[in-house]
Amino acid sequence: MNNFLFGRYLPGNSWIHQMSPQSKLTLSFYFVVVIFFANNLASYGALAALIIVVVLLSGVSITFFLKGIRPLIWLIIFTVSLQILFSAGGHVFWQWGPFSISDLSLINGGYIFIRFLLIIMISTVLTLTTTPLAIADGVQTVLKPLKKIHFPVDTLALMLSIALRFVPTLMDEMGTILNAQRSRGVDFGSGSLKHRVQAAVPLLVPLFTGAINHAENLSTAMEARGFSDSEHRSKYRVYRWQGKDTISWLAFLAVGGLVLWIRKH
Amino acid sequence: MKDIIQIQNISFNYSNQPRLFDGLSLDVHQGEWLALIGQNGSGKSTLARLIDGLNVLTKGQILVAGMPVNDANVLKIRNKIGMVFQNPEDQFVGATVEDDVAFGLENRQVDRQKMHDIVKQSLKSVNMWEFRDRIPANLSGGQKQRVAIAGIIALSPEIIILDEATSMLDPRGRQDILNLVRQIKEKNHLTVISITHDIDEAAGADRVVIINKGQKIDEDTPAQIFKHPKRLEQIGLDVPYTSQLIAALSKRSVHAAKEYLNSEELITWIKQLVSTT
Repeated sequence: MNNFLFGRYLPGNSWIHQMSPQSKLTLSFYFVVVIFFANNLASYGALAALIIVVVLLSGVSITFFLKGIRPLIWLIIFTVSLQILFSAGGHVFWQWGPFSISDLSLINGGYIFIRFLLIIMISTVLTLTTTPLAIADGVQTVLKPLKKIHFPVDTLALMLSIALRFVPTLMDEMGTILNAQRSRGVDFGSGSLKHRVQAAVPLLVPLFTGAINHAENLSTAMEARGFSDSEHRSKYRVYRWQGKDTISWLAFLAVGGLVLWIRKH
Repeated sequence: MKDIIQIQNISFNYSNQPRLFDGLSLDVHQGEWLALIGQNGSGKSTLARLIDGLNVLTKGQILVAGMPVNDANVLKIRNKIGMVFQNPEDQFVGATVEDDVAFGLENRQVDRQKMHDIVKQSLKSVNMWEFRDRIPANLSGGQKQRVAIAGIIALSPEIIILDEATSMLDPRGRQDILNLVRQIKEKNHLTVISITHDIDEAAGADRVVIINKGQKIDEDTPAQIFKHPKRLEQIGLDVPYTSQLIAALSKRSVHAAKEYLNSEELITWIKQLVSTT
């Protein structure tokens, strides 16, 4: 679990760290959309150059990123090899039954590989440089327009931040329950599938009842501190749109335009 | 002395459960430290929740600073009361220490700049300012309770209710928290109601009220209450350490004049005893 980088936050004070979470969220989304427009070497090259700049600006070392990608490498290899083996057309080098390798399929496989890499990189940059709390706040800001159609944005943001706050607490509790049940002779993680599912019951039931107790006590404590509804509140933390955000958006828009212009039609 | 909380002849029961209170009356004087002691299930915590309007009375009424606890007044009353609950984990709403202290202020729609100042002051007064960026998972139980108290100081209430706030802490953390609350109480002239099992905590109060099965058994100064250690034992409460020592000595035919002495009186008595023999 320790070398799993996805969804973790690294404290820092770089350019990317200082950007507002709403712009980082929207930029990541925009970048993923742009990736799917790229379809030749030049357009992928432009995106790769952009991501390298982003990684450098984030102040996180490249080896750190590579380590983070390692757990996902099998998923990437699996998808890429399926793509190579099953796509038809072009000059065929090798064929066996339904499987074939051609120059086109190799190129396609390469593109899929780069696509994966770029998506993982941008989302890793997002999570490494943004605290979970800031992401929750960013979601709230980004979804604000939905208030017009009476979507409960503030409630959603509050739920999100409480959920994030309770993740480590519940993980700790799960560890405690796991060990308590082990000490009473429950065997986790061995035996047949059926056996393993049955062994999970004495873990899940106390975890759920514990979560319900937490919820009840927390709601009482919130009420006692004057919480009445999530809309009529002021905010302690505010992430303002800054010059950095505008510059980053301009750079991303320029690269996006470049990709649309040089892609193969 | 003025009564800040008047509990008048209240009755209450949770749905599908037998009556918990039947005609209970109790006054809390302004500026006092009141300890409510009693067994599990004696209704202490429920009483605290009734005062704060978290549960609704069946009969009778409770006045807080002259206002009856009802739907119209409940938010005003909650502004006057700060509650610290038992489990440090379950009352930590914010993602970090700072955000948790700000939670109550956010609910009151306090201006942001003012909020930052208040949060800083409150955290400094409980010595947790250096921990402002920490997430709750990286704090000890006592530190979390400190943050909970900071969250209350930020709202500058008139009454603090400690609902077994120290029961999940180690003896040192417990002493720290109690000293802290005592300081804040003296500084801001607050009223403190502490609900507790801990007899030593009760011994430091101005007044002790014993509650058993929803009935008020007695109310008096700790010295008077602890004069009857046998009665405390009968309703399943602990006996103060000094009373235990006096009882153990009397088994060995060394009899004290009283059944309860505080620790200083006990030391003088033993010194006298040693010098006369």
